[in-house]
Amino acid sequence: MTTEIIIQSLVSGLLTGLIYALIAVGLSLIFGLMDVVNFAHGEFLMIAMYATFGLALGVALDPILSAPLVAALLFSFGALVYVGIVRYAMRAKANLGMVQIFATFGLAIVMRGLAQLFFTPDYRSISNTWTGGKTLELGGIFLPMPQLVGAMISIFAFVALFFLIKRTDFGKALEATREDAGAVALVGINKNHMFTLGWGLGASLVGLAGAVMATFFYIYPDVGASFALISYVTVALGGFGSVFGALVAGIIVGLIEAITAMLVPPALKSVGIYALYLGVVFLRPRGLFGSL
Amino acid sequence: MSRNPRQRELITLAVVAAALAALPLFVKDVYLQNVLILTLMYAALSQSWNILGGYCGQISLGHALYFGIGAYVSTILFTKFGIVPWFGMVVSGGLAALMALILGYPCFRLRGHYFTIATIVIAETAYLLFLNWDWVGAALGIQITMRGDNWLNFQFARNKLPYFYFVLVFACVTWLVTWIIEGSKWGYWWRAIKDNPEAAESLGVDVFNSKMAAAAVSAFFTAVGGSFYAQFVSYIDPESVMSFQFSLLMALPAVLGGIGTLWGPALGAAILIPLTEFTRSYFGGSGKGTDLIIYGVLIMIIALARPEGLVSLFSRRASKQAAP
Amino acid sequence: MSQKVMLEAQHVSRRFAGVLANDDVSIRVERGEIVGLIGPNGAGKSTLFNLIAGALPLSSGTIMFDGEDVTSLPATKRCARGIARTFQVVRSFESMSVLDNVVVGALVRTTSTRDAHRKAREILEFAGLEHRVDAQASSLTPSEKRRLEVARALATDPKLLLLDEVMTGLTPTEAQKGVALVRKIRETGITIIMVEHVMEVVMPLVDRAIVLNLGRVLFEGKPADAVRDSNVIGAYLGERHRAPSS
Repeated sequence: MTTEIIIQSLVSGLLTGLIYALIAVGLSLIFGLMDVVNFAHGEFLMIAMYATFGLALGVALDPILSAPLVAALLFSFGALVYVGIVRYAMRAKANLGMVQIFATFGLAIVMRGLAQLFFTPDYRSISNTWTGGKTLELGGIFLPMPQLVGAMISIFAFVALFFLIKRTDFGKALEATREDAGAVALVGINKNHMFTLGWGLGASLVGLAGAVMATFFYIYPDVGASFALISYVTVALGGFGSVFGALVAGIIVGLIEAITAMLVPPALKSVGIYALYLGVVFLRPRGLFGSL
Repeated sequence: MSRNPRQRELITLAVVAAALAALPLFVKDVYLQNVLILTLMYAALSQSWNILGGYCGQISLGHALYFGIGAYVSTILFTKFGIVPWFGMVVSGGLAALMALILGYPCFRLRGHYFTIATIVIAETAYLLFLNWDWVGAALGIQITMRGDNWLNFQFARNKLPYFYFVLVFACVTWLVTWIIEGSKWGYWWRAIKDNPEAAESLGVDVFNSKMAAAAVSAFFTAVGGSFYAQFVSYIDPESVMSFQFSLLMALPAVLGGIGTLWGPALGAAILIPLTEFTRSYFGGSGKGTDLIIYGVLIMIIALARPEGLVSLFSRRASKQAAP
Repeated sequence: MSQKVMLEAQHVSRRFAGVLANDDVSIRVERGEIVGLIGPNGAGKSTLFNLIAGALPLSSGTIMFDGEDVTSLPATKRCARGIARTFQVVRSFESMSVLDNVVVGALVRTTSTRDAHRKAREILEFAGLEHRVDAQASSLTPSEKRRLEVARALATDPKLLLLDEVMTGLTPTEAQKGVALVRKIRETGITIIMVEHVMEVVMPLVDRAIVLNLGRVLFEGKPADAVRDSNVIGAYLGERHRAPSS
């Protein structure tokens, strides 16, 4: 194991981690806003990937170009899911935690079934993308273009998100709803509108991630499941509700996964992440930056 | 006033159990017998899960760990050391309970989703480890060789009835354990913890030890179920006994039937398992995903329309998660 | 071993991330007293309550209860020793019936659920909730829930009862009933510390008033003297709180 290989692994891990962060932040946002964990989050990623695939196939749109479109598509989808399903879940008088877990979990299964029905279980991939198959060499380290561009998109998205939350009125309204959804009506904020927009925003972020992933990952109905657990772990590690936490945790998860892959058989590479999660929450039961 | 509802519940169990015990006289089709056995097994497993998740409020989505321990420990003892499964069951139950206590020590400091995710992650880790551990067969698992029909070895090649009666008794036992708990001090403590841990503490409830006790009992019975399953199907591998899907399948009947209720898990299993099996048989083969769609829609409908579970349709008393 | 001093907090402090919520607070409560803990918002009343109840650990100081140093005991053990409390924001066990809520409290003193049930019924009758015994806690009105909190705490057979703003938000009739209940509780020999905002109700009720401001004890003495004390009036000036001259 030379230093070069180690650095190569770590850099790869960093890029992957940034993309994990992008996948996870939407989940964290939604939770921070209304205390709901979207158990269909992996499936949101899945349909974003399929949407990207569809656009590439149908209108020959490169994933990088279609990313904003896919994000917008997922925005509407997320908003729809809130209005059509989650809103009802939140009215439950009893077992609120269980209701939202299983309502969104049911949705996940339905989405997977529908994907299987319409797209068949076949693995798909997009050929001839701008970034596909290319690598950038930087000082002896080879950076795969799809992941590199993906990581850059992720960073860009995070910066935009920070600005959105801290500097715009919408962002402030979002924060206010986060703090006290019951009271915001007093200052003219419609709680339901905020939740709808929050779901839309969270979904659009995972939509971006889906477009990015479609450039280097196979697309199939169950693909969401593989990333779902990593998302949940990332969000929990960073602390539910913390956008910054999602970023930091995503990077850490990517790095740890890369390090673990160097030490144990590839099939066990996730164990490092799991051990990390357990280690962190045992010391900080609310994750690294969680406040809830 | 205090005795009657409780006694009525016992009588209901006796009637239901007797009716079920008589079923094999009418149901001869092997496929249907299979479905019945699985239904009862999930009823028992879900009831065990319910003890920790429904009554105590600690949602574990990693119970496949204990089921897997049950399946593997008794199978390894049987295939590698020739120890009869009956003994193996008890050993694996004890081991699972011990594991639950060891894991509970750090885990119960976690709340809500952090706890649930920790359970998922621990189970996944075990799953991955078993998948790559040659001594337990890794991905290929372990095949239990048939040594001929025999109660001692708890093996029956064609006759399903012994398995049926065992699992019926098992389901009744888990029901009884729940029933006893419901009326005991632990039951009240657990429900208080589920509703409001801080208030429970202010009333002298030892939250931590209560959770530990719930976890140990739950793990014990789940593992016994795992041992049973191993003997029933004669072949186990990580995919079938330790996967996340399995963890969910243990929790689902309780959620659908009525979490934290006495009959919820059984009712949920009675509807969910036959439905799963039938949709898989009739629709799943096509690979079209129709079974998933039906399944998912059903879960969503029940979760949204009846969060207290199906049990609440039967009587308002039964749905109240209370006692006498 | 009957001590005259039920509770004694000695030089108690509690720090939250740089803010000194309780600063060198020393108070003493005698057996059978009703003591009112008052002060403007942010004075540190709830913090002190939580420190006494064991819900929060002290940053420094000691708490003596009935002659025993309970400073390091957690809330569960303090309950066993005889300290019971209600919560400012009512924390009933929503999915359980009114009776079962109280049974949880009663189970501190007995392992038999049958005895606990009997005790719970007695307490509910005492607290005036016997007509709601089988109702689910979530269906109670706010003032009934308050009453349930008190009943639940009483079921633990406390020597000291900490009431956290039980009168807030009640109608005048409800408040009167509340006052009657508090008096009834004291008559059974339980010592009471009440945190309150509603001056008109509290002042005639308590034997002694302890006024906190900015984490420190500002005044200690008879309620009538408290409302005339210039420091106290000054602390409250922003709220224009005037108690009726009694």
